[in-house]
Amino acid sequence: MSRIDLFVNGRTHRVDVDPDTPLLYVLRNDLNLNGPKFGCGLGQCGVCTVIADGEAVLSCMTPVSSFKRSRITTLEGLGTPARPHPIQQAWIEEQAVQCGFCTNGQIMQAKVLLDRNPNPTEPEIREALERVLCRCGAYYRIIRAVKRAGELMRTAKGQR
Amino acid sequence: MASGKRTTGKGISRRGFLKGAGVMIVGFGMGGLTCVLDPRTSAADFSSAVDPAKLSSWLAIGRDNTVTLFFGKVDVGQGLATAFRQLVADELDAPFDRVRVVMGDTALTVDQVGASASSGLREGGPSVRSACAEARLMLLEIASARMGVPIERLDAHEGVITVRGGGKRALSYGELVSGKHFNATLNWNGQLGHPLNVTGRALPKGPDQLKLVGQSIPRDDIPSVVFGREHHVVDVRLPRMKHGRSIKPPFAGARPLSVDTGSISRIPGVIEVVRRGDYVGIVCDREEQAVRAASELKIVWSEASEVSFPTDSTGLFDYMRQAPSRSDRVVDQIGDVDEAFARAARIVEATYEVPFTSHASMGPACAVADWRAGEMTVWSGTQKPYDQRTGIAALLGIPREKVRVIWKPGPGSYGRNDAGDVAYEAALLSKEVGRPVRLQSMRHEATAWDPKAPAALISVRGALDGAGNVTAFDWDNRSFSHQDVAPSENAPGETLLGQFQGLRREVRNVVGTPSEPYSFPNKRLTTHTIPPLLQMASPLRTSHLRLPVPPVITFASESFIDELAASVAADAIEFRLRYLAGSRQARLLKAVAEAASWETRPSPKAGARIVSTGIVTGRGVAVRGGAATIAEVEVDMQTGRVWVKRFVCAHACGLIVNPDGLRNVIEGNLMHSMSRALCEEVRFDRSRVTSADWSSYPIATMADTPDKIDKILVNEPDIPPKGAGEETSAQTQPAIANAIFDATGVRLRRLPFTAERVKASFAGRESSG
Repeated sequence: MSRIDLFVNGRTHRVDVDPDTPLLYVLRNDLNLNGPKFGCGLGQCGVCTVIADGEAVLSCMTPVSSFKRSRITTLEGLGTPARPHPIQQAWIEEQAVQCGFCTNGQIMQAKVLLDRNPNPTEPEIREALERVLCRCGAYYRIIRAVKRAGELMRTAKGQR
Repeated sequence: MASGKRTTGKGISRRGFLKGAGVMIVGFGMGGLTCVLDPRTSAADFSSAVDPAKLSSWLAIGRDNTVTLFFGKVDVGQGLATAFRQLVADELDAPFDRVRVVMGDTALTVDQVGASASSGLREGGPSVRSACAEARLMLLEIASARMGVPIERLDAHEGVITVRGGGKRALSYGELVSGKHFNATLNWNGQLGHPLNVTGRALPKGPDQLKLVGQSIPRDDIPSVVFGREHHVVDVRLPRMKHGRSIKPPFAGARPLSVDTGSISRIPGVIEVVRRGDYVGIVCDREEQAVRAASELKIVWSEASEVSFPTDSTGLFDYMRQAPSRSDRVVDQIGDVDEAFARAARIVEATYEVPFTSHASMGPACAVADWRAGEMTVWSGTQKPYDQRTGIAALLGIPREKVRVIWKPGPGSYGRNDAGDVAYEAALLSKEVGRPVRLQSMRHEATAWDPKAPAALISVRGALDGAGNVTAFDWDNRSFSHQDVAPSENAPGETLLGQFQGLRREVRNVVGTPSEPYSFPNKRLTTHTIPPLLQMASPLRTSHLRLPVPPVITFASESFIDELAASVAADAIEFRLRYLAGSRQARLLKAVAEAASWETRPSPKAGARIVSTGIVTGRGVAVRGGAATIAEVEVDMQTGRVWVKRFVCAHACGLIVNPDGLRNVIEGNLMHSMSRALCEEVRFDRSRVTSADWSSYPIATMADTPDKIDKILVNEPDIPPKGAGEETSAQTQPAIANAIFDATGVRLRRLPFTAERVKASFAGRESSG
């Protein structure tokens, strides 16, 4: 076990864990976060996705020790019901959820995409989110939600 | 700790739960208003069944006008809770945003099965509406007595009762109930589960009086998902909770001969290795320790020289063709089929092959179990909390009253997935270590070891006369049963844990036949049940997967109707309508044809031929039950890749409660069944299932998503909701097969239509250009 400081959602958390522990277990079990989920442990489905220094990271297969100097954002770090992130707002407006198990991965990948490319084409959306699987088949609405989120983010930016 | 907030946890009785919501019993006695305290004491209620005959079992109203509905269905990602809030607010004239629901908790809600056969609204709705109507009448009666005004002069609106022409006199439901419980008896038919029904003195409202029903109200569970709040069963955390993993044999049928616990002595946090028969599980302090210990634990398994299965997946259909059947049935017979074939001018024959498919839920199943003072509480993603309660009690050898199962949303389950197994395993582990245990499976367990939808080999023959009329239809389905293990998971022998202990299960021969009312004068429907490839603890054991029988059989039946139509150069819809006159299916076909601007012509389309490059397009249709679907596809002739560019689906399911919720469900059904059509096949060698993750069991991705999915909702306000959860899952596979035929002239009779298989079907058939 070793002490590791993690900077997650704007706060530093000190954890005492085996440094080889996948980040996912630390986020869920030590920090009590619910957003990132265990889907495969193999980097194939994307439901464990978090953002570290602006990059999408598969937390199920990356050791916690490699995040000592990272700024980590999870789904919980995006917004709240009172102040939702535009992507969360778009997801609610488009009702882009079935069982909701993959939603974390879809939203976090959408954030990485929209931060880089505020006005993506539909093929760009499809390509960026292709690695996050949805077993219920909510893809059709998820594409619409990403488009709407882009609009909301561009509007918000224009108003500032 | 999140667990500190848990109000529905261990030791909280139903009465305590209701008290927490600020309610007691309110009764309306013979001589007017009388208050009667609930005679149940607070301690015993954890173990008593919730009595369907008591109105207070269904509804509670708080001082703040909050209405809580308790009901025994569960939601599997389709927005059922919101639909029920709409029903309750309408029937009770209650404010929608004050209506709460509690679902699928064996200590709090009546036994209405849970989720099964799209029955949430169909079976759950009538009793809930009756209970609400009765509560509304009671509230009016109490208000009438208190205000001294006849009921006929009272109005109920948004949880407030007012006097017509009575100025500002008003009483809210919360004031009327005044912190008490309803003390009234409903007429209960004495049945639990599927047939449970209650009625009261008051009748539910007619469709024209419903205001919220029919509106697209957003689902109330979506915010908790998008903000990362505790929602799914994987998010349940208890104080002192430990982490478990189960260990599956390296090949099917292998038995652990010895377990070397010393092999994991260097891994910190190991609490216990649990053996029960051939089951091996492990409990550790931390989750990553359990994952590691489960993978490093040295077990000597029984000899691997014996093969587990008599075939592998490559030889599956050859095996099925000659495999013995344990049950042969002529399910239905009309006229004289053999004579009709003897006289036929032409006979069309085809055989369709459907492989095993996996639930492969998005997350491996998870359950949290808490054994304490001789009582077991399990948080489970199961569809069947009440049956699971019965089975876990049997597993642990304790009375059913000592077990409480609390449903929490799992990943989409689509039937009897792996959630039915892990709850039993978690309960065993918690009892063995005497602490709360969270058990989650690994990916290979969810995909390779979940119960499968059965493989089927379906041969169909049609006889035609000289004028091209169908004179006979002969159906022969050789399939594995749909129920090697019971979808209800109500006994240990129906679960992997029980089977690892050698516990017996029932034998059921469930093999399907088509139900469409095609008016063929002679018809014969025959089924044969092939015994399982491995009798016990098999990773190829079957159970319900989405609908569950029609997706397997409709592929054959609706592909074959298309083959018949093509054989007489008839349009696929026009041909179907010849034999469906006046039926619901005929109306749905007409609706979908109009929406898709269907051009009446035979398939394949003019000029369809096999070329070496380029994209060709086609359209196909299929109808079954309450839905008709048209698929418009593009086929890449070079790669064989099929892309469904557009779906048009017409669906009739009785009274529509929430149109956008229904559209969402239809989209999911189409995409999930499209994935089964294009991608999914469980592969196995002679000793194990080799489809064990998303790379060996690929599913549809966002890249496969159609450009457009048109949903035509056919509202039937005078018919109660019939259930829409799965109905639109059955038509997709034949619609796509028929579209590929329309585009290329090649008929695919083996699922799935992977690019390789489609490309291979073109071999030797290319024309120049």
